[in-house]
Amino acid sequence: MTTTQNQPTTTPEVGGIGHSVLRHEDDRFIQGAGRYLDDHVLPGMLHMAILRSPVAHARIRSIDSSAASALPGVVAVVTGELLAGYNLAWMPTLSGDTQAVLATDKVRYQGQEVAAVIATDPYIARDALPLIDVDYEDLPAITNPMEGLAAGAPLIRDEKEGQTDNVAYTWEAGDKAATDAAFAKAAKVVELDTHYPRSHPSPLETCGCLADVNPATGEVTIYLTSQAPHAHRTLFAIVAGLPEQNIRIISPDLGGGFGNKVPIYPGYVVATAASLVIGKPVKWIESRTENLISTGFGRDFYMKGQLALDGEGRITAMRVEMTSDQGAFYADAQPTKFRAGLFHICTGSYDFPAAHIAAKGVFTNKAPGGVAYRCSFRVTEASYLIERLVQNAAYESGMDPAEFRMKNFIKPEQFPYHSPTGFVYDSGDYHTALQMAMEMADYKGWRAKQQASKGTKRIGIGIASFTEVVGAGNSREYDIAGLKMFDSAELRIHPTGKAILKLGTKSQGQGHETTFAQIVAEELGIPHSDITVREGDTDNTPYGLGTYASRSTPVAGAATAMVSRKIREKARTLAAHLLEASEGDLEWETGRFYVKGSPDKGVTIQEIAFAAYTNHPEGVEAGLEGVHYYDPPNMTYPFGSYIVVVEVDTETGVWEVLKVVAVDDCGVRINPMIVEGQIQGGLTEGFAKANMQWITFDEDGNCIGSNFLDYLVPTAWETPKFELGETVTPSPHHPIGAKGVGESATVGSPAAFVNAVVDALWSEGVKNIDMPVLPHRVWGALKGA
Amino acid sequence: MLISVNVNGAEQQREVEPRKLLVDFIRSELGMTGTHIGCDTTSCGACTVLLDGKPVKSCTLLAVQANGRNVRTVEGLKQNGQLHPIQTAFKENHGLQCGFCTPGMMLVGSALLAENPDPSDDDVRWAISGNICRCTGYMNIVKAIQSAGQAMQGA
Repeated sequence: MTTTQNQPTTTPEVGGIGHSVLRHEDDRFIQGAGRYLDDHVLPGMLHMAILRSPVAHARIRSIDSSAASALPGVVAVVTGELLAGYNLAWMPTLSGDTQAVLATDKVRYQGQEVAAVIATDPYIARDALPLIDVDYEDLPAITNPMEGLAAGAPLIRDEKEGQTDNVAYTWEAGDKAATDAAFAKAAKVVELDTHYPRSHPSPLETCGCLADVNPATGEVTIYLTSQAPHAHRTLFAIVAGLPEQNIRIISPDLGGGFGNKVPIYPGYVVATAASLVIGKPVKWIESRTENLISTGFGRDFYMKGQLALDGEGRITAMRVEMTSDQGAFYADAQPTKFRAGLFHICTGSYDFPAAHIAAKGVFTNKAPGGVAYRCSFRVTEASYLIERLVQNAAYESGMDPAEFRMKNFIKPEQFPYHSPTGFVYDSGDYHTALQMAMEMADYKGWRAKQQASKGTKRIGIGIASFTEVVGAGNSREYDIAGLKMFDSAELRIHPTGKAILKLGTKSQGQGHETTFAQIVAEELGIPHSDITVREGDTDNTPYGLGTYASRSTPVAGAATAMVSRKIREKARTLAAHLLEASEGDLEWETGRFYVKGSPDKGVTIQEIAFAAYTNHPEGVEAGLEGVHYYDPPNMTYPFGSYIVVVEVDTETGVWEVLKVVAVDDCGVRINPMIVEGQIQGGLTEGFAKANMQWITFDEDGNCIGSNFLDYLVPTAWETPKFELGETVTPSPHHPIGAKGVGESATVGSPAAFVNAVVDALWSEGVKNIDMPVLPHRVWGALKGA
Repeated sequence: MLISVNVNGAEQQREVEPRKLLVDFIRSELGMTGTHIGCDTTSCGACTVLLDGKPVKSCTLLAVQANGRNVRTVEGLKQNGQLHPIQTAFKENHGLQCGFCTPGMMLVGSALLAENPDPSDDDVRWAISGNICRCTGYMNIVKAIQSAGQAMQGA
């Protein structure tokens, strides 16, 4: 059932679900006392710098590191040849491919790791890089998948056994026969051929590590910018052949992640190997350029989408041919079964029976990665495609885009809804969200203004009514590199009634230390301020798959609620002992058990906790703690409707945002302040991609966008202001009804911005402009139309 | 070179290489890690400090250029055990998420408020346009700086 907002049931002091509790983590951040990766210093620590390929594709004839080695302060120069002696020149990717740690045979993209210098000082390490002499024999570079698939294209992965072309994967979803049959009967077919450009998550803190191998014990401690420290520990154990109990990954405060800190990068492996061999701690911190040219990019999808329509403005089927540019190694972080991630959510918020998606990934001479940049496994590309197609389908049907959506939406009574590509949507009410957005934005008023706007300044109104799928997994279907996608929570109530909660996830700014404390507060009545939340240290937290794809609240949040309930059951036993009553006679209210019918006769959770360590009954284990591994029965399906109003100058192609309204439904909101912060940040990302933010390459494979002067991320000056609304449709299968929200706005909003610009120019014959919608593209579309 | 820099009110004398960046001097020599490094091109502002009261990007100054001058870092915002109003305002307005840009944002904000205690939305946005935040979308940062201005006027 949908409501407009959820009301808290606990007092502000307890601060359970629904309270905008101020964040626990902020006290250290506002005093400059956060501890990020580069803030860590160890005795005897050495510094590493990486030499990277200046060219996109070349054979390595030789590497001469003698001059670099001779530089005072240089401790070692590491090459691929050296690593090969330890069987570490190559490493597995999260998608089952292999990736060069340091290149031995060829370089396959500009920025690829070729050698590393370990020195006593970071300045000296960088001084030594140009002293390494690499002799390259240039090869032709492939910079897009069409070139990669062309006959006679050079084989990028010539080292890979059985690889005879540049295809990284093929994959399909849906029912081809049913889809073809629906298209054969269609009254109208609407098409869109679009490229979702390559972009980069570029968290403000780059990636890095500090590897500390104890030469006496062999224990390996790695401080790592990691969104998934447990998974990374296991993979380190497997890749390096180290005993897992000797590896401790510590992911400290992270200065943002957005998917960029999910993969394992070659620098981590080299620094660890160097520490192992040299016997001293080795730190490696990327520069911004290194971050942009070599670590996990997002998107780079070429999509040909079609919608079949009947004669009355109803969608009957969808067909997509999709080609992804994977770069030189297939290093996506996708669930194993789903090669193109969850792109098959592309039927979106609409009810139609047939869909078919054919996807192909292609190797190119570009950086690998394919990470879900603030997105749940390619949901962003999917949402963009359907929302762009739907707008064009509305126009082609002679309908208003809002009316067209209302007509085609899945209806509230159809949930749980079985999508034609195999998802089971848990809950939704798309009509209410769009209706609310239209009222907040004064949709009718803007349509009237649009009618009146003539000349060179055109008003455009864009809608996006997205549906996401987040919160992987269940473990039956979802795994990363074989590791099942559950998550866990461990909760201990101390004798004084205070608590510590430990999670397998890892916050990168999302406010986990506050939000998850609030879940415990809700379930046990312990004030949120009495609860410490710990993440990111594999020695001191239970196993989990980490934080990405909006999965922390759906999975670890559920685990937190469940472990709290386990503890409440144990507390019941203790309370019965203290109250000399039978367990069945006890009632729970926030923070205490009392005897039915005698509300004055009760004990608080704090009194119970004290008894657990001082006065526990015979036959009952001492202590009050538990652990819960939560395997979600289904994904969650957050949704929302966004409306953007723009004014386009048809003479210059410049467009200005006049209004952004975002109505989000992420189920129950645990901390509304934090949720709104996530949405504001996500909308900014969506605007950025629609307006300015992309990474391109020249024909030789040189990365354009290798720094913040060329890769434009929005500042406060360009960023529009946002008006937020909410509906609350709880997830029926989640213990507290929450769905996850960190990525909704990044997923949903790009199409709303582009739809607005196209809406302004549709009457001029403009049917599409690819992102980023730069002024020259707008101008060109008008001239070409 | 021997330099002497007043950092947050304390005189700091150090022998430094002429090429040492001010940000590395602050972080490595003085161990004050609240000043961050986010790019190499003076674009992101994570390394912002106040030099004689004016915001500068400490990745683009040499430590020797700060010789004989006053530097204020995030560690110097708190005075006599009291948080600066801008620190309180960032927390109360949810003006930070990952916290990496926050020291720079607060220092720029405090410098703006010293000149203009009641800045408009545009005033704040222009003042912080040399500082990138990847998390918040800026709305709450603007609110935080404005609300700190109000708190300081009321004080």
